[in-house]
Amino acid sequence: MIKIFRFLKPWNRSIAILLALVFFQVLADLFLPTLMADIIDQGVMLGDTAFILRIGGIMLLITLFSITCAVVASWISATVAAGFGQHLRSAVFTKVSKFSLHEFDQFGASTLITRATNDITQVQMVALVIARMLLMAPMMAIGGVIMAYSQDPPLTWVLAVAVPVLITLVVLIARKAIPLFASIQIKIDRLNGNLREGLSGVRVIRAFNRVDHEQERFEKSSVDLSDTYIDVNRLMALMMPGLMLVMNLTTLAVLWFGFARIEVGSLQLGSMIAFTQYAMQILFAFMLMAMMFSILPRAQAAAVRVDEVLNTDPGIVDPANPQSSTTSASIEFKSANFRYPGAEALALKNVSFRAEPGQVTAIIGSTGAGKSTLLRIIPRFYDIESGQIEVGGVETREYSQHELRGRIAYVPQQVTLFSGSVKSNLLVANPAADAERLTIATTTAQATPFIEELDGGLDHELQQGGKNLSGGQKQRLAIARALSRSAEVYLFDDSFSALDFTTDAKLRAALKTEICDATVIIVAQRIGTVMDADQILVMDEGEIVGRGTHAQLLEDCPTYQEIVASQLRAEDVA
Amino acid sequence: MSETKAQTRQSAVPVGSRTMAAMGQAPQKAKNFGLTFKRLLTWFRPFRLHLFSVLVLAILSTSFTIVSPKLMGNAIDLITSTLMLHLQGGTAEFDHPAINRVLLLLLAFYLFSSLFLYFTQWIMAGVSQRTVQSMRDATAAKLRRLPLSYYDSHSHGDILSRVTNDLDTISTTLQQSATQAITSVIQIIGFVIMMLTISPSLTLVVLATLPLYAITTFFIARKSQPHFAAQQKQLGLLSSHVEEMFTGQVVVKAFGHEEKSIDTFKAINDDFSHAYQRANFISGIIFPAMNFISNLGYVLISVVGGLWITSGRLSVGGIVAFIQYSRSFSQPIMQTASIANILQSTIACAERVFEVMDEDEEQDPVLSRFKPPVHNENELRGAVKLDNISFRYEADQPLIEDLSLDVEPRHIIAIVGPTGAGKTTLVNLLMRFYELDAGEYSIDGQSAHSLSRSELRSRFGMVLQDTWLFGGTIYDNIAFGRPDATRDEVFAAATAAHADHFVRTLPEGYDTVLNEEVNNISQGQKQLLTIARAILANPDILILDEATSNVDTRTEMQIQQAMKKLMKNRTSFVIAHRLSTIQDAEKILVMDKGSIVEQGTHSELMGQKGFYYDLFLSQFSAEPETALES
Repeated sequence: MIKIFRFLKPWNRSIAILLALVFFQVLADLFLPTLMADIIDQGVMLGDTAFILRIGGIMLLITLFSITCAVVASWISATVAAGFGQHLRSAVFTKVSKFSLHEFDQFGASTLITRATNDITQVQMVALVIARMLLMAPMMAIGGVIMAYSQDPPLTWVLAVAVPVLITLVVLIARKAIPLFASIQIKIDRLNGNLREGLSGVRVIRAFNRVDHEQERFEKSSVDLSDTYIDVNRLMALMMPGLMLVMNLTTLAVLWFGFARIEVGSLQLGSMIAFTQYAMQILFAFMLMAMMFSILPRAQAAAVRVDEVLNTDPGIVDPANPQSSTTSASIEFKSANFRYPGAEALALKNVSFRAEPGQVTAIIGSTGAGKSTLLRIIPRFYDIESGQIEVGGVETREYSQHELRGRIAYVPQQVTLFSGSVKSNLLVANPAADAERLTIATTTAQATPFIEELDGGLDHELQQGGKNLSGGQKQRLAIARALSRSAEVYLFDDSFSALDFTTDAKLRAALKTEICDATVIIVAQRIGTVMDADQILVMDEGEIVGRGTHAQLLEDCPTYQEIVASQLRAEDVA
Repeated sequence: MSETKAQTRQSAVPVGSRTMAAMGQAPQKAKNFGLTFKRLLTWFRPFRLHLFSVLVLAILSTSFTIVSPKLMGNAIDLITSTLMLHLQGGTAEFDHPAINRVLLLLLAFYLFSSLFLYFTQWIMAGVSQRTVQSMRDATAAKLRRLPLSYYDSHSHGDILSRVTNDLDTISTTLQQSATQAITSVIQIIGFVIMMLTISPSLTLVVLATLPLYAITTFFIARKSQPHFAAQQKQLGLLSSHVEEMFTGQVVVKAFGHEEKSIDTFKAINDDFSHAYQRANFISGIIFPAMNFISNLGYVLISVVGGLWITSGRLSVGGIVAFIQYSRSFSQPIMQTASIANILQSTIACAERVFEVMDEDEEQDPVLSRFKPPVHNENELRGAVKLDNISFRYEADQPLIEDLSLDVEPRHIIAIVGPTGAGKTTLVNLLMRFYELDAGEYSIDGQSAHSLSRSELRSRFGMVLQDTWLFGGTIYDNIAFGRPDATRDEVFAAATAAHADHFVRTLPEGYDTVLNEEVNNISQGQKQLLTIARAILANPDILILDEATSNVDTRTEMQIQQAMKKLMKNRTSFVIAHRLSTIQDAEKILVMDKGSIVEQGTHSELMGQKGFYYDLFLSQFSAEPETALES
């Protein structure tokens, strides 16, 4: 939590001013009881009305001074909190944007989203509350002690008893409550998990008649959560009455001992009254601090999560002296090995092949064979463990990521469209693309007919994630997006799976003429998609187990034969 | 989007600073405050006695705190009167017994006040949690009785947020604000009474500051609300941008979109921070402003009181007590103001929860006794008959019209057709996830509507494209289909599904716990587990809805054997988009636009050279022929 406040550095001066303002404000508030005591001791007791009025005037001025400080302090605290959050948020977002997929896999996209949004909001809120209230509390306490002491030193020892008692009370409760709060969070997560499962599995649960069972499970977690809540709330119920009791007993003690001292003439009545008010103020300061700890654990956890992101360095960074290549981009894998972080087995084992410009290389194999992984390491989303990958004769790690990826157009397996118009989605790949370029892209991708039917055509606003489009339409848009950039390398990761056969064939035919000079790698499941490629790689469990043309592989690659057989069982009928 | 909204809604009301946040921010408005409030009260009925005792204890506890300052004032007066005599040169003894009596009384009051306050909170902890728990359970139970159409029209994020965030807000309000509301009101009344007994005219001075509080809050709130609204809006934009860019990270990276994405983010972040600064600056003034008014009152009372004491209209103890009252007076007033806001948003939350509770449930016929089907080898079960059924999701969009179907026991019925043809809808109707608009549906000659849903569904087993498994052990996931199965039966089902081998290679075997995202086993393995689950359930009728579309063709061949075993001796409905998998079917239904356009066996349909023939050719013929030739 404290570490995250390093982001406050740019506001050091503002914070110093804020501290001063809060100090003045506290001072002003503390001064009022003293003046009040003067009114009683020197005004009332002696019947001096002019004195009373004069002191009253001073009190009024002090009050005005206090609110002026408070308003300026509010401006500064809001500015600091806003700037702090803004900085932190930007830092996290920029950092995450630099992460490689390695780090994304490690964290998971959903927690990164929470960390960049809710967690920071949480931390920012605490920063504001601290600036507003927590800064004030210690000053109030210390100032209160000083003022009380100045009124009557011997009585101050009452506070020397009360304050430790108060601190012990708060610490004891906090120590028991904090682990309970933590376990509540776990139980809430469990309950939510159960609910979420119930939502995503609604059909299966009903189909298997397990509704009652699921409800029982839910109610069990529900009771469990409530029990813990009750425990923690009953514990917290001690806090207020406990604090109040300590405060009130302190007042009583002050009265008791105060009276004795007044009786012997060593204390004035007004001073004693002021003293009780200071005692109240000190205890109030402690209550403020006690209240804090109900929000601190949550914010603390949030801060730790945010800091984790900031302390993670992107696994893939640009080389100090990036190379570039002028030759057209052939791709060559030389004994490349790759393993996902923490995985036992290699995802790619000793992969070697060469893909030439002007040729189509197709990759086929079972799910989990490593086809998508192979594509993903070409633009350096991941780094390989050993071996080499060259694009245009230069090792990919020698390029800057920007340069390397600028030469590649990639169509991922999972279609991701951003909110915005069809056009703005196409422009993601090539912000400079003109109308002509876009037309070529959409026509080649066989997307023009359905785009024209959309309300507004290219300017049609997509719903989030393109929800209003069918799977095939989304795939064609993703292909058009890649084509709107004139790249030297095109990578298609199972990008034709949702297309019907006719569209698939038309699209591939159009591709052939449109990107005939480029190096093209296509990952596919269907034999039909890969069979006319210049070179087919057959993958199994991370290895290339066959390479050649369709005809060659039919001859000599058992895995390929199996795949063909699994898809062509109908041949005798057809 | 709605998930994001739910998140921001949650973070808008941080724990602990609820009072602060509630000031200056426009609360969410309930549509029908009174009605919802009354309805929320009915949930407390089981706790009437508890609540009554809370009320009594709160009144007692508050009364003690209200009377204490006055008592303290009395003690001070006992001293002052003697002191005054001293000052005037007289000699007098302090009245020790009287002072001690008052102090002892005070001690008792303080003790009881704290004790009673503790009891009220102790009781409320139970009441609020148990009430919310019963609401939570009722809502969850309700969700399980809602028809599937409800899930089509509400996002998961929205539903989740109602059961968690909204109920959480309600429980926090009950715990923290309910007793506070009671004590605040009692305090306000009590303080006024006590002040009146000390000095009616000074009380007027204090009451005169009241409108100042109201006006100040009102103006500050009015100034800050637009900024808070802007802040919320920008926060929403911020969250959706982050969500989109992080989930679409691959695309962002592939096309070097990072810089643009960061620029967009910074622009929104700037706008958000600007609104945040304004909103929080203005709302941050509320507290000092209240303090200022309270201090004004303090000064005024000190001066006026001081003057009056000198003229003998007031005692020193009186003014000390009075100052305490007037200082404490602002607190319950500010509390009631913020509680009013908190109550508003709490009722809005309750309304959203009640909305779920008011949804129409799936209706079951008058309770019919549930008899588990007894399997008799000779008796063929699983005949399904649909007679002129019609169904539409939207009243104005016809989907399935006058569809009839007669399925004999143990037949395999394949359903094929393009996307949107109504294949899955037909399955939904068979399972009665949705209700027919017209027509008759019967199983083994018995009308489906004379059965309860659970009876009907117990006849079916399903394997879906969506391989849903829950976060639990593999064993429990398989046993999900029939919880009373023996361990051996579970193992046998897994073996039949070709799952036994891979399960046993896992570190914990059948006790391996699938994590929440279930990504610790592969897609194909998940599919095998869902098949094992269906095998164990041993239904008369089986539905396979695109059960293998997520796995590649080679893995599919392996699963196919498991599927064949599964389909043996049952009526099966198979939806597949790979036509190669369904050629053994007794009957193939070709669906298009909600109706059956062709039906027959594979060879019959190929002979007809109709819709099916085209569909089949588009998938296969071009490929196999060339494939074989080369």
